[in-house]
Amino acid sequence: MSNRLFAVVAFAIALAIAAASQLIANEYFFSAAYTVLLYVILATAWNILGGYTGYVNFGSAAFFAIGAYTTVALFYAFKLPLLVTVPAGTAVAGLAGLGLGYLTLRLRGVFFAIASLAMAVVLFTFVVNWDFVGGARGAYVIQPSEVPFGLPRYIHLLFSIKVLMAAGALVVARAIETSTVGRGLAAIRDDELAAESAGVPTLKLKLFSAAVSGALMGMAGTTFPYYLSYIEPSSAFSLSYSVNSIAMPLIGGMMSWMGPLIGAVLLGTVQQLVQVTISSAWNLLIVGVLLVVFVTLAPNGIMGWVDAWRQRKNQ
Amino acid sequence: MEISTALLFNAIIAGLLLGGFYAAVSVGISISFGMLDVVNIAHPGFVILGSYIAYIVNSRYGFDPILVAVALSPLFFLLGMALYRVYYLCFEQRGQESLRGLAFFFGILFITEVVLILVFGVDYRTVKSVYAETTLRLGVLDFPLRLVVPFLVSVVMVVGIQLFLTHTFFGRAVLAVAQDQLALRLMGVNPVRVKQLAFALSISTAGIAGAFLIVIQPVEPSIGREYIGLVFAVCVLGGMGSIWGTLLAAFVLGLAESFTSTFFGPSWAPAVSFGLLLLTLAFRPSGLFGR
Amino acid sequence: MKIIGTVVKWLGAVLLAAAGVATAQQPLKIGFGMSLTGPLAGNGKAALISMQIWAEDVNARGGLLGRKVELVYYDDQTNPATVPGIYTKLLDVDKVDLVVSGYGTNVIAPAMPLMMQRKLVFMSLFGLNVNGKFKYDRYFQIMPAGPDPAVDWTRGFFETAMTLNPKPRTVALVGADAEYPHLALEGARAHVKRLGLKVVYDKTYPPKTVDYSPIVRAIQATNPDLVYLASYPPDSAGMVRAANEVGLKARMFGGGLVGTQFAALKTQLGPLLNGMINYEAYVPEVNSKFPSLDQFLAKYQGRAIKEGVDPLGFYLPPYAYAMMQVLEQAIKAVGSLDQGKLSSYMHTFEFDTFVGKVRFAKNGEWAIPRMLTVQYHGIRANELEPWMKPGHVTVLYPNEYKTGSVKAPYHENKK
Repeated sequence: MSNRLFAVVAFAIALAIAAASQLIANEYFFSAAYTVLLYVILATAWNILGGYTGYVNFGSAAFFAIGAYTTVALFYAFKLPLLVTVPAGTAVAGLAGLGLGYLTLRLRGVFFAIASLAMAVVLFTFVVNWDFVGGARGAYVIQPSEVPFGLPRYIHLLFSIKVLMAAGALVVARAIETSTVGRGLAAIRDDELAAESAGVPTLKLKLFSAAVSGALMGMAGTTFPYYLSYIEPSSAFSLSYSVNSIAMPLIGGMMSWMGPLIGAVLLGTVQQLVQVTISSAWNLLIVGVLLVVFVTLAPNGIMGWVDAWRQRKNQ
Repeated sequence: MEISTALLFNAIIAGLLLGGFYAAVSVGISISFGMLDVVNIAHPGFVILGSYIAYIVNSRYGFDPILVAVALSPLFFLLGMALYRVYYLCFEQRGQESLRGLAFFFGILFITEVVLILVFGVDYRTVKSVYAETTLRLGVLDFPLRLVVPFLVSVVMVVGIQLFLTHTFFGRAVLAVAQDQLALRLMGVNPVRVKQLAFALSISTAGIAGAFLIVIQPVEPSIGREYIGLVFAVCVLGGMGSIWGTLLAAFVLGLAESFTSTFFGPSWAPAVSFGLLLLTLAFRPSGLFGR
Repeated sequence: MKIIGTVVKWLGAVLLAAAGVATAQQPLKIGFGMSLTGPLAGNGKAALISMQIWAEDVNARGGLLGRKVELVYYDDQTNPATVPGIYTKLLDVDKVDLVVSGYGTNVIAPAMPLMMQRKLVFMSLFGLNVNGKFKYDRYFQIMPAGPDPAVDWTRGFFETAMTLNPKPRTVALVGADAEYPHLALEGARAHVKRLGLKVVYDKTYPPKTVDYSPIVRAIQATNPDLVYLASYPPDSAGMVRAANEVGLKARMFGGGLVGTQFAALKTQLGPLLNGMINYEAYVPEVNSKFPSLDQFLAKYQGRAIKEGVDPLGFYLPPYAYAMMQVLEQAIKAVGSLDQGKLSSYMHTFEFDTFVGKVRFAKNGEWAIPRMLTVQYHGIRANELEPWMKPGHVTVLYPNEYKTGSVKAPYHENKK
C-alpha cells in the first residue's frame, strides 16, 4: 500500500471513529480513550528514534511537557486557540529534539540517553521557575464553554483531535519506515560505523529522526492542559510518560509502525482498567514487570511473535 | 546579602561533604557503566533498597545504619552477581545490550521502586544514629556529623576501590576487561567472570550508599529517580572508567549545588548540575579524566 | 481495528454489569478519587478512614434519605492526569449520586470542569484557593483557610509577629517549589506589604534538595527578624534539621510547614520543633472547643494504627469527617439530592460539625478562618505520647482559641 493511500485510509478511519463515538453516551470512555490515544502517539514517536534508529530517549516526558507548556504560554500571552497552539507546540518540541540531537548525537547512543534525562531535569527546573506559566504553582487553562463543530462536550473535541493526531503519527511513522530515510535509519541502528562508511549521512538522518520524534511527542502534549484544566510541572514531566513510551513499543514490537500502536492500546487499556479496579501502585508494577519480561523473552515484542508465527505458517 | 567569609567557607564545606556522598552513590556506576559498559540505570533503585534495609535493621535493633550496610554488603554482592548473570545471558551474549539492556534495567528500577511502595508505603523513613543530630563547630565553620560521617566512610570506600583496582590482580583484570577483552581471554582469564564480579562490587557499593542516604535525609521509594541523572552526570563528567574522575566530579557537582543554593537561589541547583553535564557532553565528552 | 474491538468488549461488560443491579432501595453512592499512593498518600489514607467511619456512623443511624450510604472510590495516585478518567467513570459508569473531591489542589482542579459542566455540588478537601480561577458557585471547601485563602492562611503568623515588642522590621520568605508553598508565600507577601515590612530574602528551593543548610545559612546571612517557611513534609523535616544544625537566629521561625501536624514528623523531629511557629488544624489544647471530637479521634486512631497510617489524626481526619457531616446535614435538610437546592442551602446556613460551626462564604471557602497558629515548646524526646495530651503547644491565633503568647526570639526559646 502506498503511503498516500495509507494516509487516506488512516484519516478516514480516524474520522469514522470520531464520528461513531459520538454515539457513546458515557464520558468515561472519552477520558480513558484520550489517555490511550495519547500513549499511541508517544509510543509511535519514541519508536522513530528508538526502534528505527536505535537511540533510547529517556526524556519523552520533557518533549510532552514542552508541547503542553507551549499551549499554556501562548494561551496566557495571546489567548491563542488550539488551532494555533498545536502546530506551535509541535514545532517547539521538534526544535528541542533537534537541539538535543545536535548536542549529543555525535556520541554513542548511551550518551544521548543520559543527555535526554538531563535535559528533562533542566527543562523541569526552568518551567518550575517560570512564573508566567505558573511555575510550581501550576497553570489553569479553562475549557471554552462553546464547543466548535457542534460537538456536545469539550472532551469530545479533545478526543477527536487525539484520534486524528494518532492517525497522523502513524502515517508519519509508516512513511519514514518505508522510505529511503527509514532504510538509512535501520542501517544506523544495525551498525552505525558500517553505515557511515557505506556513505549513509548518519548525522543528518539522526537529527531528522530526533526532530520528528520530539515534534510528535510535543504534539501529544499540546491538548493536555485543556484535558485537565490544570497543569503543573511535576505531573507534566512525570516519569511514567517516559517509562510507558519505552515499554509500549518494546512490548508491541519496535520494527514497524504497528508495534507501538499495539503496545500502547494493550498496555494503555490495561492501565486504565487497573486504575479503576485494583487501583494502586500495581499499575506501575505491571508496567515494570511486563517491560522486563518482554525485553528478556520477547525482544521483538508482539509483532515479533506475529512475524515468527507467520513465517512458520509459510514453511 | 553580605558575602562573609563564614558563609563562603561553609558553602565550600557543605559542597564538599555533599560531594563525598555523591561519590559514594556514583562509584558503582563508574564501575558498571564506565568500565564494564553496562548501563545499569537501576543503580539508584539499589541505593534506595540499601536505605530501606538499613532502616529495617536500625528500627528493629537500633544498630548504626552505616555499620549495618557494610555488614550486609555481601547480600548486595550476591544480588549483583545474579543480576549480571541474567543480563549477560539475555542481552550481552546476544549483542543487544544497548537498547534492550537499557530497557531491562529501566524495568528493574521500576519494579524495585514499586515493590518498596507496596511493602513500606510512601511515608518517609529515617534512621536514628548517635551522630545525626550533632554538629561540630570550629569557629564559624559548621561540620554537621550527619554529612561528615557518610563523607568519611565514602572517601574511604572510593579510595579503597581505586587501590583495589590498581593494586590487586583481580582489580587489574577489571581494568583490563574495560580496555581489551580479547587480550584478557588470551591471558587465561574469563572476562565474563571478571565482569560479573565487578558488577557485583558495584551493586554492593549501592547498598552502602543507601545507608549514607538515609542518614543524610529521610527516604521514600521514589526518590531513586532523582539520582539517575546525577550518578550518570558524575560518571560522565569525571570521565568514564576513572575513579579519581568520579570523586572529583562528585565534588564539583556538590560544590556547584552548594554555591547555587547559597548565593543564587536553590531553585536553580538541579539545573546547574545537569547543565554542567550537558555542557560536558557537548564539548568534552571524555570528561575530566576520561580515556 | 484494535481500538474498536477492545472498546466493544469492554462496553459490553459494563452494560452487563449495569443490567445486573437490583432496582429496589439502591444504596446512596458517594464517589471520589483519593490519594492512596503517591506523595500525599499518607494524608489520603487518613482521610479515607475518616470518611469510612462517617459512612458507618450514618448507616448505623439509618442511612441518608432512608438509603444505605456507600463510598465508591479510586486511587488517584496524587496524579492530576487520572482525575478526569476517575470522575467520568464515577458519574457515567458507576452512576454515583454525589461526588466529593480528593485531597489537594492537584486533584481538585482537574475535576472542576466536569463539575461545572454537570452542575454538581463539589465539596472539596484541602486545596488552597482552587476556586480562584474557576469561580464556581457550587464549590465548597472544608479547609478553614478563610475567604481569601492564601492571605488568611498566613495571617496568623504575621498578626502574632506584630504583637512582638519592638515590632519586627525584616522578614525572610522561603518555601518549596510546589503549588501550596508558592501560594502561601504569595499570601505572606501580601501581609508583608500591608505591614510595611522589608523582605531581605525571598527564594524557593526544589523539593528534592538533599542538604538544606546552605539555604538556611544564606537566610541567616541576611539577619531577618522573621523567617516564614512554607514547605511539604520532606523539606519541612530538612529545613527544621538544618535550622538546628546551623543555629538559626530569628525572632520568629516557621509558619507554613506541612507535615508537623502528623505523628511521623512530630516523633522524628521531637525537640527540634521547640520554639517554632506553625499552623495546626487541631491540638489537644483546644479540646474544649470541639466536643465529640475526642470520640471520633479515638475511633480513628484505633483504625489508623492498624492500617499503618498517621496515628494522631489531628490534621485531615476531623475535617474529612466534617466535610461529610456538612453534606449529610444539607441532604437531610433539603430532603433530596437536588444539586441546586443543596448548593443554595449550603451557601445560606451554618453547619454543626466536629470541628465547630461551619459557614461558607460566597466563593465556597470558609467565611471565618480557623487555622490555628501555634508555638511548640517543652518537647523532650522523640515520642508520640506527649503530643496526644495538652502541654506542648501554645495556641497564638485566632483570639477565640488563644491559650498564651508567643515567646521570642526563636533561638532562645528552644526548650
